[in-house]
Amino acid sequence: MRAPGGPEVAVGDVLLSVENVSLSFGGVKAVSDVSFDIRKGEIRAIIGPNGAGKTSMLNIINGFYHPQQGRINFKGETRARMRPHDAAHGGIARTFQNVALFRGMTALDNIMAGRTLKMHTNFFWQLLRYGPAMTEEVEHRRRVEEIIDFLKIQEIRRTPVGRLPYGLQKRVELGRALAMEPELLLLDEPMAGMNMEEKEDMSRFVLDVNDHYGTTIALIEHDMGVVMDLSDRVVVLDHGIKIADGTPNEVKSNQAVIDAYLGVAH
Amino acid sequence: MFYREAGQFKISYASDQAVFPILQDRIGIFIILAIAFVVIPLTGNDFIINAVMIPFLIFSLAAIGLNLLTGYTGQLSLGTGAFMGVGAYACYKLTTIFPGVNIIFWVIASGFFSAAAGVVFGLPSLRIKGFYLAIATLAAQFFLEWCFIRIPWLYNYNVSAAIEVPQRELFGIIVTGPRASAETRYYIVLSIVVVMTWIASNLVHGRIGRAWMAVRDMDIAAELMGIRLLPTKLLAFAVSSFYCGVAGALLVFLWYGGAESTVFAINESFTILFMIIIGGLGSLLGAFLGAGLIYILPIILRFVPPELGLPLHAATVEHLTFMITGALIILFLIAEPAGLARLWQIGKQKLRVWPFPY
Amino acid sequence: MDLFYNIIIDPFAQMAQAPDLLAQTLWEGLVGGMLYALIALGFVLIFKASGVFNFAQGIMVVFAALTLVGLHTAGVPAFLALGLTIVVMFVLAWTIERVVLRPLVNQPDIILFMATFGITYFLIGFGEFVFGGDPKIMITEALYLPKGSITYKAFGGVVSLQRLDIVAVIVASIMVAGLGVFFSKTRIGRALRAVADSHSAALSVGISLDQIWVIVWFAAGLVALVTGIFWGARSDVSFALDVIALKALPVLILGGFTSIPGAIVGGLIIGIGEKLGEFYWGPLIGGGTDAWFAYVIALVFLLFRPQGLFGEKIIERV
Repeated sequence: MRAPGGPEVAVGDVLLSVENVSLSFGGVKAVSDVSFDIRKGEIRAIIGPNGAGKTSMLNIINGFYHPQQGRINFKGETRARMRPHDAAHGGIARTFQNVALFRGMTALDNIMAGRTLKMHTNFFWQLLRYGPAMTEEVEHRRRVEEIIDFLKIQEIRRTPVGRLPYGLQKRVELGRALAMEPELLLLDEPMAGMNMEEKEDMSRFVLDVNDHYGTTIALIEHDMGVVMDLSDRVVVLDHGIKIADGTPNEVKSNQAVIDAYLGVAH
Repeated sequence: MFYREAGQFKISYASDQAVFPILQDRIGIFIILAIAFVVIPLTGNDFIINAVMIPFLIFSLAAIGLNLLTGYTGQLSLGTGAFMGVGAYACYKLTTIFPGVNIIFWVIASGFFSAAAGVVFGLPSLRIKGFYLAIATLAAQFFLEWCFIRIPWLYNYNVSAAIEVPQRELFGIIVTGPRASAETRYYIVLSIVVVMTWIASNLVHGRIGRAWMAVRDMDIAAELMGIRLLPTKLLAFAVSSFYCGVAGALLVFLWYGGAESTVFAINESFTILFMIIIGGLGSLLGAFLGAGLIYILPIILRFVPPELGLPLHAATVEHLTFMITGALIILFLIAEPAGLARLWQIGKQKLRVWPFPY
Repeated sequence: MDLFYNIIIDPFAQMAQAPDLLAQTLWEGLVGGMLYALIALGFVLIFKASGVFNFAQGIMVVFAALTLVGLHTAGVPAFLALGLTIVVMFVLAWTIERVVLRPLVNQPDIILFMATFGITYFLIGFGEFVFGGDPKIMITEALYLPKGSITYKAFGGVVSLQRLDIVAVIVASIMVAGLGVFFSKTRIGRALRAVADSHSAALSVGISLDQIWVIVWFAAGLVALVTGIFWGARSDVSFALDVIALKALPVLILGGFTSIPGAIVGGLIIGIGEKLGEFYWGPLIGGGTDAWFAYVIALVFLLFRPQGLFGEKIIERV
């Protein structure tokens, strides 16, 4: 449920769904027969205790891991496995649990790198950095500056990201994902390691992205308060199995979920 | 005081995206080019031009090539020597088969042969990373080196297995061969290096450079962002080898005047690698600084101690060179992995606030 | 058709026709392979116990040989020189670890790899400075190592084995077996493996890291010395960079970086493969294939099984 007073975004058809997806590494089953869907325009939380398979789930959606069983349905197309390139071109972007920024580059360059998908001038013009190449560079810089304004990171655009504090790094990473103009944004623990203030900032950004750009968001998060406030629907995983799926209120009072978090043996 | 940016406001993204947005930098480049094109030929003697400037430029070019691959794209390569050799031998065959064509044209064209070799030997980079890839490039190095000896067609069946540069002219001026003057060769090498550096700079500041650096820093994230890894890496191999190939051709045709396979042995690969480590990985300036330091070092060791009354054997100079080079590598890797280029940047930073301490 | 015959059929026909030559070639390959394996072994020891990539093992082999010869030439009796060399190697190894490898302990492998090339370069310069650059002759007589060869009538012809080679293989086998047993059966060996797995865990059960590292570097230095002696005896002691720094790498690729039996198997495959390849297929393409054979094999391996024969599979996590 959203915080009261916030604008509601019309939630539409299913944008992505995973059906009976299973993934194992050697003998370890990371994900077992999980199915759920994500609707266009919603904010979907994926929660569960540690090791539940949440990040693996995102990796499957991204195409980094390939499930042994099951199918992925994205924008009407069904696949046995997603390829990273198809996911990116189809409009899936993500952030990572351990900030995966390009440490050798500045914040600006990191976000500009996110635009690579949309840059098309050919090699010849790139060699000269003139004409179409320069026009394109400037055009994309303009778009990136919009994102920089939105995330309020103007001062640090020329700072190498390795030198930024953790909270700002996460923001830059969000910016880089936004630069891809995604339809589906996957956020892996975007609030991890943040203090109260930073969490509020980040929550507001997430909501704004959803309102402003209409981006569908799937996020993994441990902070229950954040989950309750931000998400429209929640899916709960435990030991690779889906144990609940519904609105935050439904999930909150689900006995299986409570057991999982309290560690009751089952 | 001299280096302050205050007052230089950018009113368009275009000017902010420029390679040298700060006025002082632009003036600096202009001065360097002026020195290179005008002052040095006028004031320098043959020795400075022939034994210092020309090879310095050629090695800088090779260092840029390797830096594009290793410093910017993160693909460690120990095959630089061999790729330079491909360029040299390709140029030789091209000009002996088609002697009427402009030699400069062949020098540039030979780069494409190197690029092709680079792409072929870069294919393993899809599956292999990091220093494992270095071992794959060793296969390239040793195999190509072997080819330079065992394929007599490459050196026109010359009994000594060496290639000798034939005399070639450009607009009536002799440019290659024993009668070409040092100045002529210097201008040609300088022009080629300046143009190719400019092109390299354009590449690394644009989308391709960013893609390369993304692959270097976190290839998984890059892939998930839609950057295709194999084409990006292969492009790096191709461009890098192109630069090394041209450098190799220049080395033989506009400096040595001849070559045999030992010129392009594994030692060459290491030398260039050391140049970019010391100069700074991922920095074009670093390529020049590193090439300068490593190349000038033995020259300094040979000429300075006698001036100070401490004559050194030629052999000792060689030993000291090895020792100092090795020590510098270790020192830089421990203390400043970003090399001389980073030291330069730190210096500029201090200059920005000079005369204030911070 | 001719080509096919020359490449696929003829070499094997030759092998069958002259089995004594085949045996001879196999033997030569075996000996060479054992020496490669010993270099790789020194590396595996250090890596297994301390997680440190020390590609400088190659130059340490050369250095050991040079020191030994140098001391003896200066008048030190052979076995005393042997003892002193071990001390020198130990000091050298300790210095390298302290000065170069320890400050770089958390850097990616690639940095360590390049650092050890820096070490190699430095030691080449230093070694040439101290000992002179001309090739030296190993003091085989003074060490009571046998000369000459034994000739067997076998396989329809004659096979000739150098006595020195036989001793080399025996000594190498004993070292390998000894180290293997040491690692798996003794208390200290277990401690070494514990340290390799996790420094902090090992510390918490009371294992002294420094003591372990001393033992490991001593063992590696010993291996380097033995390798240096036999290598120097077979071919003069010199500073060929590609051999001393790099030849062990394909062996490690094949055998994995952490496996002692792997180092041996890898070494033998490379050594025998090189020799067979050069002898039977080499003449078809002009000879000298041993310059690149090992690396091409390593490359093929990397493409299909990057972790080597015995190594652990690498899994990437995001």
